Amino acid sequence: MSAEPHYTLYHPRWYRRRVSVWWWLQNRSYAGFVLREITSVFVAFFAVVYLWQLRALAQGPEAYAHFLARLKTPGFLALNGVAFLFVLFHAVTWFNLAPKAMVVRLSGKRVPDWIIAGLNYVAWLALSGAVAWILLPG
Amino acid sequence: MPRPVTPFLWFLFSAGGTVAALLFPIHLLLTGLAFPLGWLPAPSYEFLRALVQHPLTRLYLFVFISLPLFHWAHRFRYTLYDGLQLKHLTELIAVLCYGAALVGSAMAAYTLWNFA
Repeated sequence: MSAEPHYTLYHPRWYRRRVSVWWWLQNRSYAGFVLREITSVFVAFFAVVYLWQLRALAQGPEAYAHFLARLKTPGFLALNGVAFLFVLFHAVTWFNLAPKAMVVRLSGKRVPDWIIAGLNYVAWLALSGAVAWILLPG
Repeated sequence: MPRPVTPFLWFLFSAGGTVAALLFPIHLLLTGLAFPLGWLPAPSYEFLRALVQHPLTRLYLFVFISLPLFHWAHRFRYTLYDGLQLKHLTELIAVLCYGAALVGSAMAAYTLWNFA
């Protein structure tokens, strides 16, 4: 038969509902939260790709040609396509949250959220343009 | 995590998230898609080598690789805790995540420092 319930004096066993590992699929905003958390995996993936490119550049022309050939394989193209969407999702959610994380006051008044988010988007455009300008030949 | 370390890790998370948000989409679009697919002409090996030889580019690349790795470490750590309910493995997960970010940053620093 059932054993005696295990009671301890100062640490009772609380009643806790078991939560499924898929709890975040029940609600759109939970799913959005978990998708946003998962973007970090693709951020790390691309940081590693860049490290790989850097090492190939350091090792010489053959290593670099090998790196370029690998990036042209369908697997890497598909992975980079998915990674691009996730990184874009990270950027948009990050900029939209910036006003919550960074409260700026000018002469005692709080700068409106849309101005702070807007400045982030302007910086994003300017930096993207600068990177493209440097990397694109001619 | 010991308490005095937490704000520093949070700073790395936040700085890395900003770097990734501002710079990753354009670099990933160019290096990962536009150049391999031939949508845009890719820069040559000699051009990129000369670019990386500049000290400012090296600093940029170190920040570009290292901070987003720490951003990943911090965020992925909590994804594992909450998403997969692995709270009981706290120490192991923290060591693996921040350790991987440290190794990646060390490799980037080593390669950039010795880039001839």
